[in-house]
Amino acid sequence: MEHVMRMFIEGVFTQNLALVLFLGMCTFLAISKKVNMAIGLGIAVIVVQAITIPVNNLILTWILKEGALSWTGVDMLAKLDLSFLSFIVFIAVIAAIVQILEMTLDRFFPPLYNALGIFLPLITVNCAIMGGSLFMEQRSYDFGDSCLYGLFSGIGWAFAITLLAGIREKLEYSRPPKALKGLGVAFMTVGLLAMAYMCFSGM
Amino acid sequence: MDSNLKKIFFDPIIRNNPVLVQVLGICSALAVTTKLQTAFTMCLAVTFVTAFSNIGVSLVRKIIPGSIRMIVEMVIIATMVIVVDQLIKAFSYNISKELSVFVGLIITNCIIMGRTEAFAIKNNPVESALDGFGNGIGYSLLLLAVAFVRELFGFGTLFGITILKTVNEGGWYVPNGLLVLSPGAFFIIGFIIWGLKTWKKELISED
Repeated sequence: MEHVMRMFIEGVFTQNLALVLFLGMCTFLAISKKVNMAIGLGIAVIVVQAITIPVNNLILTWILKEGALSWTGVDMLAKLDLSFLSFIVFIAVIAAIVQILEMTLDRFFPPLYNALGIFLPLITVNCAIMGGSLFMEQRSYDFGDSCLYGLFSGIGWAFAITLLAGIREKLEYSRPPKALKGLGVAFMTVGLLAMAYMCFSGM
Repeated sequence: MDSNLKKIFFDPIIRNNPVLVQVLGICSALAVTTKLQTAFTMCLAVTFVTAFSNIGVSLVRKIIPGSIRMIVEMVIIATMVIVVDQLIKAFSYNISKELSVFVGLIITNCIIMGRTEAFAIKNNPVESALDGFGNGIGYSLLLLAVAFVRELFGFGTLFGITILKTVNEGGWYVPNGLLVLSPGAFFIIGFIIWGLKTWKKELISED
């Protein structure tokens, strides 16, 4: 239980993908003008993140890692180290899962598809998803940890984008210098939020 | 060089800068800019990948069916990134450790995907190569500018060479810790956008 709590705090607060590690910034800034859009995208990220990281972990352990193919019993395969292929395999897995998810939602849960449909294509190129898988590889999580990490890091990202959207909705009514309005102010706001997030890691 | 090619090459450097104006590829611009050396490596890597994946996509643009073009673009980009990653690991292992996952994240860097999708898929290889290089250089300029400020005022050094001697080493300069930490990068980019939009008024949009 303690371990799960630690993973939770790490994924959602101290190692937050958006505000501490700066991943998924493009969509983070582009889709954070309205709170309900932000929540929709956030949920989509949680779902995709929680599926892709464990799947990528399985592929890494059973196919790509050094000596991972030893289960085939073929001597030549057992010596292979395919981990240099991880980039291309991960991105293919992410693209495929997003596509499958889109089709499944469209077929079985039309209301959910209508709500999340427009966000799903955006997610393939969201670096938070790819980054999650790469961190999973770098920190050598096992399967259980990758499930937890996928879920919690997704929640952390969703939480951060909802926070920013809430602030930006209010900012609409403020009057900054003309050249600063829009993107400039958004950057400064994210900077302030990131400063607040630093407090979680016990500065 | 005729004026059209010139425009393709020079436009993305300032006036249509990928990070400041098109708002693409921000993640890596923030994460690798604490030191000039890592930023410089990242610039070379991104410029290389943008230019060559643009050429690659442009070469096959007439034979790929529209419905699977994203996947084809992804595969071309990912291949280029693997080449770059192996090169960095082979020639400067320490920097590859510092860049950690961010080399891999070039794949999902939206500048590259954005340029192949918006430009290379419709134009010939020469123009695409220029567009790729231009965008790569525009990205690099911003990255180096941010890294310059962060390293000079955060550590008192440039490319690891001491410029402002810090108090810890017996000098006079008290380093600004905020610039080393992540929020500093946001403020710097925010200020750069402010400056750019004040200089080029036509970039201010009414949204």
